[in-house]
Amino acid sequence: MPEALKQQLNDVFTDALIANEEALGEVTIEVSKENLLDVCRKLRDHDELAFEQLIDLTVVDYKTYGQDEWATTEATGVGFSRGREESQAVNQPWQRERFAVVYHLLSISLNQRLRVKCFVEENRPTLPSVINIWASANWYEREAFDLFGVLFTGHPDLRRILTDYGFVGHPFRKDFPLIGNVELRFDAKQNRCIYEPVSIEPRVLVPRVIRKHKEQTVYVAAPEQGGRDA
Amino acid sequence: MPEIRNYTINFGPQHPAAHGVLRLILEMDGETVVRADPHVGLLHRATEKLAESKPYNQSIGYMDRLDYVSMMSNEHAYVMAIEKLMGITPPKRAQYIRVMFAEITRILNHLMWLGAHGLDIGAMTVFLYTFREREALMDAYEAVSGARMHATYFRPGGVYRDLPDSMPQYKESPFTDKKKAEELNADRQGSLLDYLWDFTERFPGCIDDYEGLLTDNRIWKQRTVGVGVVPAERALQLGFSGPMLRGSGVAWDLRKKQPYEVYDELEFDIPLGKTGDCYDRYLVRIEEMRQSNHIIRQCIEWLRKNPGPVMLDNHKVTPPNRETMKDDMEALIHHFKLFTEGYCVPEGEAYSAVEHPKGEFGIYLVSDGANKPYRVKIRAAGFAHLAAMNEMVKGHMLADVVAVIGTQDIVFGEIDR
Repeated sequence: MPEALKQQLNDVFTDALIANEEALGEVTIEVSKENLLDVCRKLRDHDELAFEQLIDLTVVDYKTYGQDEWATTEATGVGFSRGREESQAVNQPWQRERFAVVYHLLSISLNQRLRVKCFVEENRPTLPSVINIWASANWYEREAFDLFGVLFTGHPDLRRILTDYGFVGHPFRKDFPLIGNVELRFDAKQNRCIYEPVSIEPRVLVPRVIRKHKEQTVYVAAPEQGGRDA
Repeated sequence: MPEIRNYTINFGPQHPAAHGVLRLILEMDGETVVRADPHVGLLHRATEKLAESKPYNQSIGYMDRLDYVSMMSNEHAYVMAIEKLMGITPPKRAQYIRVMFAEITRILNHLMWLGAHGLDIGAMTVFLYTFREREALMDAYEAVSGARMHATYFRPGGVYRDLPDSMPQYKESPFTDKKKAEELNADRQGSLLDYLWDFTERFPGCIDDYEGLLTDNRIWKQRTVGVGVVPAERALQLGFSGPMLRGSGVAWDLRKKQPYEVYDELEFDIPLGKTGDCYDRYLVRIEEMRQSNHIIRQCIEWLRKNPGPVMLDNHKVTPPNRETMKDDMEALIHHFKLFTEGYCVPEGEAYSAVEHPKGEFGIYLVSDGANKPYRVKIRAAGFAHLAAMNEMVKGHMLADVVAVIGTQDIVFGEIDR
């Protein structure tokens, strides 16, 4: 079925799609932000596509994609092997636009799913809002704005939603530290809550490791499903 | 003549009917709601960001704490997303155990919902009844995982361990005399499956009790019939899923339409509502509990007949057992690698959704080939439902706001994430 959908999308949109891929039984298309609204409207209204529901809308920040971290400057960087090959391919910076806004669509009538991706640049990332196509985009876009700072033009009420009143920054961006920038405490002298710069230090308990094997790791299926014993 | 103006009231975040930490700004015209603006995020813990800094397995526990009344269902979606990316399938027995616990979780969730919803709109007794049954199911959670709520029981490649052969017993203590202890231990003499079987025998009767209290109750109907009506068309637009969508008459259930694990081998029905009001959604959820009970019974029968492994033998993903570690070097290395570094998941992205008690719960996982996820997005059903709050309560009375919060089955763990 994913192949049929992929073919269908090719037929309907022809060259409006930047990419149209199928992986793990899921179809992903990529559109440019100029085409986004037209494509989305067609996805909803076309009889053979009929994606009535916007299930999810999210942003992926690709800033550090594919980079492992061995930020150990003082601990054992040398001395014994980490059992990992140094590979130039691993630490290449991301080449494309930094943010991808990802829409997950569901068609109830045709029982199919689709992922739509739209890349936006790092500097003032802006996309047209799909709120007039799917009403559920309302809060999802607010969330995307709050956590990633992606702006949606045409959204009637683009306020922060999950972070605190008066929060500064977009916390889910990869360059926002996990420990945050400020901490809050009650100050007995001033008799109010005050913000201060964080007093803790970031630490990595388990480093990010990317093992580029020559052949992919073979994961074994369950014995009764024809897998061999490990 | 005095001038009448709209005024704004602040509902919550510390209001017993706000189901946790909902802050609702209500613009009122007398007793009528003109606009409702939910302020969420008071329970935001950045689960998605935390997951990015941990090996895959260490985030399973965070999933429990999302929707903290249906713990294992959350784990289920997360674990399935990892399995999808790695291309592994857990053994059949593990799948049955997962389905059984997913349905136990559904009952747990609906019992909690029913009790709280009842309490919100004036039915005290149901709450006490439902918590009695919840207690029995929590014991099943505890027997299998050691924790009453945050189980961390589902793992990529199966479940953490097989079902126990015996149930823990109550002991005589200053608070429990001998007779009382024996009474409490009466249904704990056999295995966990026997215990659950006992439960499924008596549970339909319990549902009858709740229904006896509510279904034809005049006050209950006055508070729910015709309140918060959502037509099917709107429900789709607003991204509803689960009982909220079925209450509006849309026949959609992932367990049937996009079956995962062993749901296609089980027999159950999907209840549907007609009008899409609070009462229909109540009826849908009640019937779902009966169907879950039915599924659990089928799982128990299957599990009794088919012993076998509950976890894959692939020690790149699943830990070897303690015994082999004592004399097998390989096993020891595997264990060490797995618990220090974890496993690397092939590059790619996957979305896996389960029919969570509240609706569609999905995990969108992006992996760049590392031992930690690059990005995890949690699609919580309640988030879309609460977003529709304004539309659902507009024009209703203030007291109906509470009924609508109740019917949406709001839990802030998953909305705020």
